[in-house]
Amino acid sequence: MITLRRPEAGPAVPAEPTPHGRRANAIRVEHLDAYYGTHRAIGGVTFDVAAGTVTAIIGPSGCGKSTLVRCINRMHEVTPGAYARGSVFVGDVDVYSPYADPVAVRSIVGMVFQKPNPFPMMSVYENVAAGPRLRGWRLSRREMDDLVERNLLRAALWDEVKDKLHRSGAALSGGQQQRLCIARALATGPSVLLMDEPCSALDPIATYRIEELMRELSREVTIVIVTHNMQQASRVSEFTAFLLAGEDGVGRLVEFGTTEELFTTPKDERTEAYITGRFG
Amino acid sequence: MTVAGATRFVVPESHRVTARRRLAALVMGVLLGAATLLAASLLVVIIGYVVVRGLPALNLAFFTDRPRPFGVEGGGVAPAILGSLEMGAIAALIAVPIGLGAAIFASEYRAGRWAGAVRFCAELIAGLPSVAVGVFVWAFLVRSVIGSYAGVAGALALAVIMIPIVARTVEEVLRLVPSGLREAGLALGAPRWRVILMIVLPTARAGIVTAVVLAVARAAGETAPLMLTALGNVFFNFDPLRPMAALPLQIYQYAVSPYDDWHAKAWGSSLVLVAAIAVLAVSLRLVTRSRSR
Repeated sequence: MITLRRPEAGPAVPAEPTPHGRRANAIRVEHLDAYYGTHRAIGGVTFDVAAGTVTAIIGPSGCGKSTLVRCINRMHEVTPGAYARGSVFVGDVDVYSPYADPVAVRSIVGMVFQKPNPFPMMSVYENVAAGPRLRGWRLSRREMDDLVERNLLRAALWDEVKDKLHRSGAALSGGQQQRLCIARALATGPSVLLMDEPCSALDPIATYRIEELMRELSREVTIVIVTHNMQQASRVSEFTAFLLAGEDGVGRLVEFGTTEELFTTPKDERTEAYITGRFG
Repeated sequence: MTVAGATRFVVPESHRVTARRRLAALVMGVLLGAATLLAASLLVVIIGYVVVRGLPALNLAFFTDRPRPFGVEGGGVAPAILGSLEMGAIAALIAVPIGLGAAIFASEYRAGRWAGAVRFCAELIAGLPSVAVGVFVWAFLVRSVIGSYAGVAGALALAVIMIPIVARTVEEVLRLVPSGLREAGLALGAPRWRVILMIVLPTARAGIVTAVVLAVARAAGETAPLMLTALGNVFFNFDPLRPMAALPLQIYQYAVSPYDDWHAKAWGSSLVLVAAIAVLAVSLRLVTRSRSR
């Protein structure tokens, strides 16, 4: 019997009890494979991310951590020759439905990159306003002022930049630039924020401030953070996914669980070997 | 500090700089420095000579009057200045959008295969002798479509020369824009065309302006294609469908004439051409810099 129902026809998030109790799923990844041309970077990855939590993705270099988060907002396919197979659901949106518009998907999933990348020719203010403007929102001067102030406050940057809103964003320090990028990503009101090693270019104090900010933000925005810093994962996240590339070079999910369990009583011996520093 | 401690750091014989190497370094330094000096001084000498010979020819009539007939002293090259401005403007209006569009397509949409094809074609067109471009426009526009020498035919020939310069230079400038900025724009949920218009092009603004100035400067000095298309004109003419004067044509005509007064006017016209390009380059730079704060 062939099922004629297309994936997008049914409820995107299956109406089953959520695995982590009271919280609904913000993201569900199912049997996800991602390719660069003929090379498969990740294979068969399946896990759920509970809403309003911080989930860390850890693993050694080259295991496909970044590729995995870039699949969640369809940024993976921006790389020429790259594509993904499988399913990702964000809220009730089927991200990989043939009818899904990647541009619309990215509007509900914000992203912060490894290297702080404020738009260099724009001021601090214009950087935060860039998202709404790039999407063609029509806001009055006052609405835009409010939106910029609100999101700089959310990114814990307002006090530092309120007197230099119209100076170049590139003139800020590295940590401030990264918080500006967070404010920019928040300004369009995403329900999910992906962070791809957001602190790897920052000093410990700037890193601490971003980690603090992530805990604050996770009450309103679901956060998925890629990190190669296990201490960071244990400090900020409630759930952790451990990815490892097999001998075929394909990254697979080895273990997923609460951060506490994964770091204290790992079920898989490869996880234990990695977190105790025996390889990777 | 002990003597024993100091002697530990003696350079052994085999590791010393030899006299031969010192000499080679000196000779090469002098040769390379001389080459640099020669290259830089060429610019100074040419511009200096044009200024010295051209300045005496400049007066009010030079900028406002039209050329006088053979043997009559006085007059000016106003039609040529206006003609160059008009044809340059029309050529830029045609060439800049096309060149920019080709560069954007090659760099932003089909980065792989097509960029190579666009670059190759642009290089071939840029390598065409400009007189061949003139012959082509003469055969297709002047002889068949318009039926006479015309300013618009000259502008079209100049545009053909400008397009590959704009396309190639802009394509290179766009590739210098960090891909992280494009990704940041796309990740904000913007369609690709908005990312290009609002992020990629503004970031590359200074380079794009340079490309346009480069193309205009190159076209402004072209003589051969204009001879076959715009022809030249000693009267004031703004109608692009009729023969039009241009500074390089005027310079050529005056320079090969037997009259001293016309020779002086050729130098003056050269100075005006060089100065106009310099003013254009500097003012465009200033405008774009003040916008970027």
